[in-house]
Amino acid sequence: MSNEATLHSQHEGVHGAMTHDHHDGHGHDHHHEDSFISKYIFSLDHKMIAKQYLLTGIIWAIIGALFSVLFRLQLGYPDATFPWLESILGHWAKGGRISPEAYYALVTMHGTILVFFVLTAGLTGTFSNFLIPLQVGARDMASPFMNMLSYWFFFLASMVMMSSLFVQTGPASGGWTSYPPLSALGDASIGSKIGMDLWLISMALFIVSSLLGSLNYISTILNMRTKGMSMTKMPLSIWSFFFTAVLGVLSFPVLLSGAILLLFDRHAGTSFYLSDLFVAGKALPNEGGSAILYQHLFWFLGHPEVYIIILPAMGMVSEILAVNSRKPIFGYLAMVGSMFAIVILAFLVWAHHMFVTGLNPFLGSVFVLLTLLIAVPSAIKVFNWLTTIWKGNIRFTPAALFSIGFVSTFISGGLTGIWLGNSSIDIHLHDTYFVIAHFHIVMGVSAFFGMFAGIYHWFPKMFGRYMNNTIAYIHFYVTLVGAYLIFWPMHYEGMAGMPRRYYDYSTWESFKQFAELNHFISSVVIIVFFAQLLFVVNYFYSMYKGRKVTELNPWGATTLEWSTPINPGHGNWPGEIPEVHRWPYDYSKDGVDFIPQTTPVGAHESKH
Amino acid sequence: MVTMSAQRNKIHPHKYSLWIAMGSITMMFVAFTSAYVVKRAQANWTAFELPHIFWLSTALILASSLTIQLSLKQFKDRNIARYKQLLTLTAILGLGFAVCQYIGFTQMYDRNLPLNGPVSASFIYVILGMHILHVLGGIVALAVIFAKAYSTTIKSYNPVPLEVAATYWHFVDALWIYLLIFLTLAR
Repeated sequence: MSNEATLHSQHEGVHGAMTHDHHDGHGHDHHHEDSFISKYIFSLDHKMIAKQYLLTGIIWAIIGALFSVLFRLQLGYPDATFPWLESILGHWAKGGRISPEAYYALVTMHGTILVFFVLTAGLTGTFSNFLIPLQVGARDMASPFMNMLSYWFFFLASMVMMSSLFVQTGPASGGWTSYPPLSALGDASIGSKIGMDLWLISMALFIVSSLLGSLNYISTILNMRTKGMSMTKMPLSIWSFFFTAVLGVLSFPVLLSGAILLLFDRHAGTSFYLSDLFVAGKALPNEGGSAILYQHLFWFLGHPEVYIIILPAMGMVSEILAVNSRKPIFGYLAMVGSMFAIVILAFLVWAHHMFVTGLNPFLGSVFVLLTLLIAVPSAIKVFNWLTTIWKGNIRFTPAALFSIGFVSTFISGGLTGIWLGNSSIDIHLHDTYFVIAHFHIVMGVSAFFGMFAGIYHWFPKMFGRYMNNTIAYIHFYVTLVGAYLIFWPMHYEGMAGMPRRYYDYSTWESFKQFAELNHFISSVVIIVFFAQLLFVVNYFYSMYKGRKVTELNPWGATTLEWSTPINPGHGNWPGEIPEVHRWPYDYSKDGVDFIPQTTPVGAHESKH
Repeated sequence: MVTMSAQRNKIHPHKYSLWIAMGSITMMFVAFTSAYVVKRAQANWTAFELPHIFWLSTALILASSLTIQLSLKQFKDRNIARYKQLLTLTAILGLGFAVCQYIGFTQMYDRNLPLNGPVSASFIYVILGMHILHVLGGIVALAVIFAKAYSTTIKSYNPVPLEVAATYWHFVDALWIYLLIFLTLAR
């Protein structure tokens, strides 16, 4: 509770015992009262909680990516055997070949881990926590305690999901969407047993964590902004975190409802989702349920979820592109407005995931229209990013490169969304590799690029050190080229009708032709995976040995986080919280390179 | 709970968080009732009358909303003895509500409408069960405030925790009224 005293004393403008040597690596001068536990484990400091999220996210990302490498081995080399697989996976890879059960478990866990644990908690948890108080000018979150709880619920969810990997019948393996009846009947498949229960428990904990976090983000952004920081003076990153939190608060409870009904179907004999089923030749007593009902509930979260993943990346990229092209963001209000439009539309398009479920064609056409409408705000955003860097004095830092890469993958992945949003085309492309290619590029790769950009850009603020640029450039180019080499060919496979989730395509006459292509994709996957490990090495090496930051504002940015000390303590600013006088995008204005938000507006200044 | 006072005190951050949380809980029940509507439109729907004891539970929870409001007023007027009595009464009425709901469940069970019976009955158990959990959460919050009121070491005249609890209490009350009207009309 020493933090409380420190924080409150600072409110009166009195400086408490501040910690100036966070992550110094040398650890001399321990003049603060934080114990190891209160500083690194049950920390109430939003910056430390952000780092906890990031570390957990990185561990999950490595596991999730490794899973994709394993199942790509099966897809790319269906006839080969890898004896080392048997030594790590045991009976899941008898004779060095991944079993069909293991394949489905790996695919399911890859999706679950990447969508929820890495790109939702890892991305939003890290950057919302880290940047919201720093960029709006607050000492900490509205409720640091709830913030800490949010991380520990995430940690618990992680532990439960992790433990499901080690149970005898394996983790959930009915796909990351967990559709009933496969997910509702323990006897339906080996992955529907205890692994599925652990999946549901883990997701329930995850939802609690996400809600606690989002409550805090919204409350902090609306209530705790420093003097002068009106909503329209907030950086776009903050706007994006705000909209993300609103989406989470309104859509995650719906998934929870769906999961609760599923739990009752699994264990209490109810029939919300089950009807007319036979398992192993025996008729089940369940009657009157509807499996499609689950899909409605799931996709009511599931679709906003993809915006929960992509919006923070959009916000950070807007910020990083403006800083690194030394130009104000183009169309600030249009950027905010388009994000708002995306939030509204996010709730109105869920049934485009269900065009082939027997949906009324008239209803389908309404969802087509609403889905295609999303292209409008998306196009506005892309236009504004391009016009922001247009004729800019671009500094190609690793963060800037990843941001430009984000815009590239967002365009190429977004365009295929227009195809899939049309119900008539979707009937052909549904559940094919075309869908895989679409959402991996527009959501997976793009969100990862936004996340990498954010890490490279704010690493100096997090740890007071820089990451290694040479490794970062190798990381970027291998990832960008690799991502396109992996996912671009999948469009062709999908158009040829190659379905997703199949274990072995070599036995199908229609898809044999893609054997070489699958081989090629899998080889690139392995290379790109090792490039990501380079990033991990760079991250941890730079944390301790990276070049030290010696100036307060290394990127020449206008936002508030760079007005804190190089290693800010809990409370962020040692003295008064600075007052804000202008918007955050005064770059190259009136011949001045940049004007921080804290500088009062001069008498003869031009308008932006 | 560690809190920092808002820098521009318009509305207390805890109250703000509560309003957002209530929006979130509302979404959860909207999901339940939407699922109910979708399911009801399909074949094999069994309609039945709700147990009459639910009207008694409605009276209890309405009364408890009144008592918690009075209790808040007494707290602000520093009538600590009256405040404690009313707070206790509120918690008892809340418990009474939960008990009545439970009796309603047993009555449904006796009418051959068990949890694993017709889907329409399953929905009642699950939706009302989740609602009872939210009421019990409110009772826990009251218990914490109650313990603080009897603590001899801490004398707090900060009305925020009680205000937050009262707002939440009215919310679960309103939620019940919504569910009752919904379940009565969409049978």
